[in-house]
Amino acid sequence: MASPDDLKFQEFEEAAGLLAADPGASTLSISNSSTAAPSGDVKLDLSDDEDNQQESSELLGGEKQTGGFWTFEYYQSFFNVDTMQVLDRIKASVMPLPGRNFIKHHIRNNPDLYGPFWICATLVFSVAISGNLSTFLSEMGNPRYHYRPQFHRVTIAAVAVFLYAWLVPLGVWGFMTWRQNAERQISAYSFLETVCVYGYSLFIYIPTSILWIIPFGWLQWLLILVAMVISGSVLVITFWPVVRDDTKTTAFVSMATIVLLHALLAIGCKMYFFQTAEPLAVLPDSTVTPAPLNHTALTSKAH
Amino acid sequence: MAEVEDVNKPLFAGLSDVSIAEDIPVEGEIAVPLSSRSADDEISTLDEPVKDTILRDLKAVGQKFVHVLYPKKSSALLRDWDLWGPLLLCVTLALMLQGGSADSKDDGGPQFAEVFVIVWFGSIIITLNSKLLGGTISFFQSLCVLGYCILPLTVAMLVCRLVLLGSNGIVSFVIRLVVVTASFGWSTFASTAFLADSQPPNRKALVVYPVFLFYFVIGWMILTFSPSH
Repeated sequence: MASPDDLKFQEFEEAAGLLAADPGASTLSISNSSTAAPSGDVKLDLSDDEDNQQESSELLGGEKQTGGFWTFEYYQSFFNVDTMQVLDRIKASVMPLPGRNFIKHHIRNNPDLYGPFWICATLVFSVAISGNLSTFLSEMGNPRYHYRPQFHRVTIAAVAVFLYAWLVPLGVWGFMTWRQNAERQISAYSFLETVCVYGYSLFIYIPTSILWIIPFGWLQWLLILVAMVISGSVLVITFWPVVRDDTKTTAFVSMATIVLLHALLAIGCKMYFFQTAEPLAVLPDSTVTPAPLNHTALTSKAH
Repeated sequence: MAEVEDVNKPLFAGLSDVSIAEDIPVEGEIAVPLSSRSADDEISTLDEPVKDTILRDLKAVGQKFVHVLYPKKSSALLRDWDLWGPLLLCVTLALMLQGGSADSKDDGGPQFAEVFVIVWFGSIIITLNSKLLGGTISFFQSLCVLGYCILPLTVAMLVCRLVLLGSNGIVSFVIRLVVVTASFGWSTFASTAFLADSQPPNRKALVVYPVFLFYFVIGWMILTFSPSH
C-alpha cells in the first residue's frame, strides 16, 4: 500500500505563484511564433493548437478552446472573465490613452463574449427607453398627446445594434486578414478580439443615450461629439498599428471607414429615436414612426 | 447483508473446499436503499382521480409562489423545479399587457408574442450566461427560478391596472411608479437569493446584472402600460 503522503494532491506552488504575480502573462512558448516581435505580439489563432492550449490550460486551470465548436466547453472558454476584469475593460474603453492599445493591454489574449453581448443588449434597451422618454417629454405640453410605449423601437434598435456589433467586426477582421502579409511586424487580431474591441467601445453610448433625454439640441450634438471622440479613439488606437504598415492610402481609408461607420451608428440612433425641441426635426424613416402625431405636435409648437 | 459478507470471507480463503449448497443461508436486501423521497413516488399515479393529480401540481406551484414571496434560503424551488408556474405567470402578464392604447398597431405596447419572447428568451439567455460563466445550477432549475420570480411584477401589473381604472393622472403615475419599483426590487432580490449561491464568488456581479436588466425591462413594460380610452 502506498503511503498516504504519495497519494496526497500536490500543489505546484512555483507555477501558481508565477502566474498569480502576472496573470496576463502569455504562456505560449517562443518557438511557436516565428514572427514574434520583441513586444511579445503573438497571433492568437482559433484552430486547435494542441501544444499551446494544453500548456496554458494546465497552468491557468481554464479551458482555452478545447473541443470542437459543438461542445459546451468551447463556448465556456469565451466567458472566462471575472467581474474585476470586465470592469477594468469597461474603464479602459471610456478613458483611452494614446499609448495603450486596448487589445494588448486589456484583453491580453483572453477575449470574452460577455462584455460585447451584454453591452449591446443594454444599449438596445437604453436607446429604446430613452427615446421613448424623450418623445414623452417633448410632447408633454401638448394636450392632445396620448402616451405611447412605442415598443416596436426595441426591435429596430436591437437589429441595428447587433448587426453593427457583429457584422462590422467581421468586415474589419476580414479586411485585416486579407491585407496581412508575412513582413508585417504586428499580425492581425483574431475575430473575437475585434468583436471584443467593438463591443466594449459601444459602452460610452449607454450613458450618452440616457443623457440625450435632455431636450436641448446643442447638448445632444455635443454629447455625440464627445462620445464619438472617445469611442472612435479606442478603435483608432487599436487598429492603427495594424494598418499603418500598409500603403498610406489604404491605411487612411480603412481608418476613416471605421470612424465613419461608428459615427453613422451614433447619428442614426440619435436622429431616429430622439427628437429635439426644435421643429426642424424630421425623422428619416417615416414608415413606422407616429408621423401624424408628430405633425400635429410640431404644427402646434410652431404657433 | 452481514451474513453474506461473513460467508464471503471464508469463500476467498478456501475456495475449492466450500461448495455453495443450500445449507448456506444467503439473505439480505438486494434493493438499493431508497433516498428520502416522498412516498407517492412508489404509488402508481395512474389509478388516482384526475382531480388529485391536478391538485397536487397546483399545490406544488402554490407552495413555490409562497417561497418566492418570502424568499428565505430554501431549496424548494431548486429541488422540485417545474415550469407550470412560469408559464402561468407569463401568460397572465402578457394578457394583462394587452388592450393598451394605440393609433396604429405598431405604436403601442408589446404584443402578446413580444412579451412571451422577452420572458422566455430572456430567461434562456440569462441561464446560458450563468452556465457559461461557470455556474453549478442546472438549466431548468434556473429557468424555474427566473420564471417564478416574475410573480411580484405580475402582482404589480394587477395593482397598476386597478389604479388605472380609477384615474390616469400624476397621482396614479406616482403610485404605479412606487409599486413597480418595489416589485422590481423584490423580484431581483428574490431571484438572486436563489441563484447567487451557485456562482463562483468572483463572478457574482456578472451573473446578477443580466437578471437586473431582465426584470428592469419587464418593469418598464408594466409601468408604461397605458389603457385605451
